[in-house]
Amino acid sequence: MNYAQAACQALAEAMRADARVIALGEDVGHGGIFGQYRGLQQEFGAARVIDTPISEATIMGAAVGMALTGLRPVVEMRVADFALCAIDEIVNQAAKNRYMFGGQGRVPLVARLPIGIWSGSAAQHSQSLEAWFAHIPGLVVVAPATPADNYALLAAAIACGDPVIYMEHKELWGLEGEVPPQHTAALGKARLARSGTDLTLVTWSKLVHAAVAAAEQAAQQGVSVEVIDLRTIWPWDRELVLASAARTGRLLVAHEAVQAAGFGAEVAATVAEELGVPVKRVGAPRIPIGYARTLEDVARISAEKLLQELIHFVRSDGRKRSVA
Amino acid sequence: MPASIPAATPSPAERLLSLYRTMARIRAFENAAEETSRGGVAVFGAATDTSALVRGPLHLSTGQEAVAAGVCANLERSDYLTSTHRGHGHTLAKGANTSAMMSELFGRAGGTNKGKGGSMHIADFAVGMLGANGVVAAGIPIAVGAAHSAKIRGSRAIVACFFGDGAINRGPFLEGLNWAKIFELPVLFVCEDNRYSATTATDAMTAGEGAAARARGIGLPAETVDGNDVLAVDAAARELVARIRAGAGPQFLHALTYRVKGHVSVDAAAYRDQGEVESALEGDPLKLASRRLAALGVTAERIAEVDREARAEIEAALAAARAARSPEPAEAYADIQDTGAGQWH
Repeated sequence: MNYAQAACQALAEAMRADARVIALGEDVGHGGIFGQYRGLQQEFGAARVIDTPISEATIMGAAVGMALTGLRPVVEMRVADFALCAIDEIVNQAAKNRYMFGGQGRVPLVARLPIGIWSGSAAQHSQSLEAWFAHIPGLVVVAPATPADNYALLAAAIACGDPVIYMEHKELWGLEGEVPPQHTAALGKARLARSGTDLTLVTWSKLVHAAVAAAEQAAQQGVSVEVIDLRTIWPWDRELVLASAARTGRLLVAHEAVQAAGFGAEVAATVAEELGVPVKRVGAPRIPIGYARTLEDVARISAEKLLQELIHFVRSDGRKRSVA
Repeated sequence: MPASIPAATPSPAERLLSLYRTMARIRAFENAAEETSRGGVAVFGAATDTSALVRGPLHLSTGQEAVAAGVCANLERSDYLTSTHRGHGHTLAKGANTSAMMSELFGRAGGTNKGKGGSMHIADFAVGMLGANGVVAAGIPIAVGAAHSAKIRGSRAIVACFFGDGAINRGPFLEGLNWAKIFELPVLFVCEDNRYSATTATDAMTAGEGAAARARGIGLPAETVDGNDVLAVDAAARELVARIRAGAGPQFLHALTYRVKGHVSVDAAAYRDQGEVESALEGDPLKLASRRLAALGVTAERIAEVDREARAEIEAALAAARAARSPEPAEAYADIQDTGAGQWH
């Protein structure tokens, strides 16, 4: 089963089990532009799998109104970049509603905001904005890396009752992987993707796969890397990360998002504060994503880049590089 | 006080007296709120008086009460309502308790929102009032979603969506009306046109023929009424609500009124012509209704009694709010989210 099919299955199961679960957004009736809603309108009808106008603010705002009045909407935003047209509805309405109205209402919605570089799609269809939403009280932020987790985490997100920013990666839709029957994953719990002893590498979303590949290559050079797939960006699994970094004595956090003010800074700062071990970040340069392959590649974090960074980190014993 | 007034009241005088009572209660509530808010916000260069009991921006609907009273008189308790930053009147008219409302303005733990929202976010979900909103036009998509939900769930509830004249220049107005029409949702859009977008006259900022014409352009039937004439608002709302309940889809009411006070309570509104204000005061909805009541044979004494009752109710609300406790600092951490509760850093 691929990553898109896994999400589709989770949503279909939730809709079969609970009449309150509905989906709305642009093109969902045709299966969604990535196939992540395929077959759902045929099974559940146009009243529950709702094709909407290109009205992001109202797609999200209507979902808030639906959630407040007894439904559990799954909101299609197509790409995270388009959700910026609905930022008031996400940040001021969905996230604040429960608190500012004194707990009178709940907003159980899941907003799907796919992130990540999508080959050749340039600056407005490729951003990884998970840090923006992690910054907002009231929101849960999820970024699955595998088909199994996309199945389990989407199910958990629909069930959780809080507004969830659910960030799939646009270059993972076709990724095949096993989805064990009855597979579950708890929000806020990271996944140990690979055990190791010399360094803890924390990452999420598509970069998990490059991280595991880099770790395999590092092993051949005698460096043992533990890879943690964070899975939930907020609330992030501090316990697992801190326990791992305490054991390995080094933390490298990597993400496809721009490094400056990225969520990796939060993870690194926490580990440094709590453990005092050396930390390092790897993220994209603070540049828009360019169209030409040569430009796009500058913004990508490759397995080779990760390998180079982690080998250097371990060999230099985590100390600051000397200034020439 | 009942949330809604039965459509088939025994006599026009009683109907009007009920509407008048709602308006008098709103007026008394806002007068008291204004009084206790003096110095409560630093705006237009004024400093804050830390002793003010009502803090922050207080947006008064003084002079606009007929719109809230006339529309809400035609709603049922289970109907929904979304409001604006100027939402005391809508909240009260939908049936909220005035002591809980005043306690919210005072930032008390027993307020409608447990002291977490204040005037600008006042809400009472128990009577279907889904919230005032600090963002212009933000209630429109939420109202549309609540109506869409009612349709999906097979509920008979309808939604009254209040917004101001400034909101028609924001994108969610277009998006929300279009959405309501294509899905034929049970929404009554109410443009409470008080002529001002904060400190700027809306006319100068609005192209074309304005709110009702824009609604018609999207295919919504639209009525324009004198928003200071509570009987006119009541009659129009009754007709539009009946159409919505009969399945005719979204309807639009453009109610022309006037913002007697400034944008916020401490705004003297010196940017507008005093003659304009004085002539607007002549059309005060309570004065107008009072004259109508007299013409229908209601005695001045009976009207004065309604006024006294309204003031007494608000005095009691003030006393309750003064006596109530503030939220404990620990309550700042409640009602945020369940997933990750406790992880505040």
